[in-house]
Amino acid sequence: MRKQNKRLVFVLVGLAGVSVAVWLVLTAFRHNLVFFYSPTQVLEGKAPSHGVFRLGGIVEKGSIKKDGLHTTFTVTDLRHSMVVHYTGILPDLFRQGQGVVVQGRRVGTTTFMASQVLAKHGANYMPPDVAAELKRSMAAKAKAALS
Amino acid sequence: MGKFSRLACVTRLIKLIHKYGAPKRFYELAGTLTPWFASLTTLLFVSGLYLGLYWAPPDYQQGNAYRIMFVHVPNAWMSMMAYVAMALFAATGYIWNVRLADILAKATAPLGASFTLTALVTGSLWGKPMWGTYWVWDARLTSELVLFFLYVGYMALQASIDDPRRAAHASAILAIVGVVNVPIIHYSVYWWHTLHQPASLTLTSQPKIYITMLIPLIIMSLGFMFFYLTMLCVRTRSEILWRERRTDWVRKLVESRS
Repeated sequence: MRKQNKRLVFVLVGLAGVSVAVWLVLTAFRHNLVFFYSPTQVLEGKAPSHGVFRLGGIVEKGSIKKDGLHTTFTVTDLRHSMVVHYTGILPDLFRQGQGVVVQGRRVGTTTFMASQVLAKHGANYMPPDVAAELKRSMAAKAKAALS
Repeated sequence: MGKFSRLACVTRLIKLIHKYGAPKRFYELAGTLTPWFASLTTLLFVSGLYLGLYWAPPDYQQGNAYRIMFVHVPNAWMSMMAYVAMALFAATGYIWNVRLADILAKATAPLGASFTLTALVTGSLWGKPMWGTYWVWDARLTSELVLFFLYVGYMALQASIDDPRRAAHASAILAIVGVVNVPIIHYSVYWWHTLHQPASLTLTSQPKIYITMLIPLIIMSLGFMFFYLTMLCVRTRSEILWRERRTDWVRKLVESRS
């Protein structure tokens, strides 16, 4: 029985030690593990000033302008926004009001040249008629709140 | 008095484990359970796929492409659940010297690896049209890939040591250490900005999946769970036969069959 207790303690202490080690590593690499930066982070200078990085946010409604394969749109985190230029094919889920992650370089204070555009999908799944119904009731609620 | 009854409880539990934990007894028990598990799996898969592919409505944004989640999500869940099961089996075998637990851990590894690979491949196939890329190195995808390597490493370590006891001990350490990765996979979408979306189903909030899409998903998840149990029984039985091949009961079993 003593031997078994020893092994139990060994496993528990070992697991605790490894957890702490992994936690420390992840905390140390916190900034390297970020997949994208929000426009606010970019404007605050938290993103790399030179070189390629990813910018993420929501495609602002009515900001998409298409000219052949060239697309211009605004990425916003509802506090700040950046204008993105991109030439190429857009993914299926790219649309206004949806999440997007673009990879490229910052070329001006609020201008970004993207070499890749990735659409970010939300966690919601529903049939089209339910989505339309939801939209209608949300609009009605907003109207009621305004009047 | 309290301490005495607790001790009696533990002794009884250990007796029970030893009774059903004896490879021969478990071989018989698993043999009885396998056909039940297998028919339940078939029933769940057939009804889940029918409901998921025909009955469930298309998604308001993804159309029909979302239906891959009926395979992707259960496999991703099972990849993590199987790992936790494997680590628990391995730890039980290591700490209390339960031979059956060693065998269960060994039998789980390739199953978990296949769940992980299926989750990665189906996710990748969905990612190309929806995200615009097959693969990104975000925290969720990377940690799930690490899970696959943990399974493969566990299997390689098992295969590289001939003595089953030593193989079980060495690989148990790897399995236990690797369990740290499971919460990282689960929470990656909350801790870091990832391309992968957060969970649509959580214990604490209302599901973000419409009910007619949720039902097939739950049925498919149960299906994969019973698929795991079925395969676990089959794999464990053959491993028991191999390890006990020199014992009387296996010899008698073989003679009675031939």
